[in-house]
Amino acid sequence: MLKAAGPDSVLVVPACCTSVIQGIYPNTAMNIPVYNVGFATAAASASGMSAAFRSMGKKTNVIVYAGDGGTLDIGIQALSGAFERGTDFLYICYDNEAYGNTGMQRSGGTPLGAKTTTTPGGKTDFKKDIDAIVAAHEPPYQATACAAYPQDLFKKVQKALTFRGPTFIHVLAPCPPGWRYETGKSVEVGKLAVKSGMWVLYEREYGKLTITGPSKAAIKKPVPLEEYLAPQGRFKGIDRKALETLKQRVDRTLKRFAQEEAGVC
Amino acid sequence: MSGRKRLAMSTPKEGAAGKTGSWRVFKPVVDKEKCNQCGLCHMYCPDAAIDEELNVDLDFCKGCGICANECPKKAIEMVREEK
Repeated sequence: MLKAAGPDSVLVVPACCTSVIQGIYPNTAMNIPVYNVGFATAAASASGMSAAFRSMGKKTNVIVYAGDGGTLDIGIQALSGAFERGTDFLYICYDNEAYGNTGMQRSGGTPLGAKTTTTPGGKTDFKKDIDAIVAAHEPPYQATACAAYPQDLFKKVQKALTFRGPTFIHVLAPCPPGWRYETGKSVEVGKLAVKSGMWVLYEREYGKLTITGPSKAAIKKPVPLEEYLAPQGRFKGIDRKALETLKQRVDRTLKRFAQEEAGVC
Repeated sequence: MSGRKRLAMSTPKEGAAGKTGSWRVFKPVVDKEKCNQCGLCHMYCPDAAIDEELNVDLDFCKGCGICANECPKKAIEMVREEK
């Protein structure tokens, strides 16, 4: 991600896993300036930062790197505000579908049926469709990506930074301890998420939808949802009713995307 | 290997936690006979511990096993570390 952005970038990080991987003060694992801010304020801070850079005539990339909690739940107000103001920045949400740092509590990103420490019987609500919420702000560019397709992610970050105005990338990031599968299966699980249609890779450029290759294949012929759920401990013992609802939801989403790209609706 | 698509990649350096390879329980062992140098392990390694010549940097490999899982030739085996 940072390689695609280049050295002239600053990172704004709210409370999330990235706050941890930076290391302990005064050492840091990051090679560019990083601004750690409060959970709810990432997009607002970036908004001010971007305005300051632009008024000084600098083209520095301002990138928010936030988790699903800091985007879908706690940070959504600041996110919406920044997108409404047309802030020139890139917002990346890496989504492991729960609050991983504090021990995997349910978030707005947790899918139906997934067990977390606060939903021991499986979540009873759907995953919040943050991409539709962002799309409603009509940004010049938004995309979804998955950590299992690194080249696609790289290209999308590069592309997003060429736009002026707010851009958004939503990255599905499989999380071995939280999703309860073996670390070696990270890429496999990420690919299965896309192949089963649970996660749809696409780009939206000035509102026009383009579905990315692997998801096009998934729309034509998705792999059974069970294949995605089986390796993950969080979906172990999911009841039949929840599974059916989840399947219908995936079918509906895929159909909706296919129709939108074909220009039907 | 010139035909392979290259991505800009960073390499791990010693950080605040020192050499993170000591966290490992299993280490990847590459069977060079089976390896067809496709480079998928290099691309998927989350720690960028596999270089373009496909040598594993055991100072920083944490032994997650993604390379062994993704290898299409099954040329990588995870072997328990000996103390």
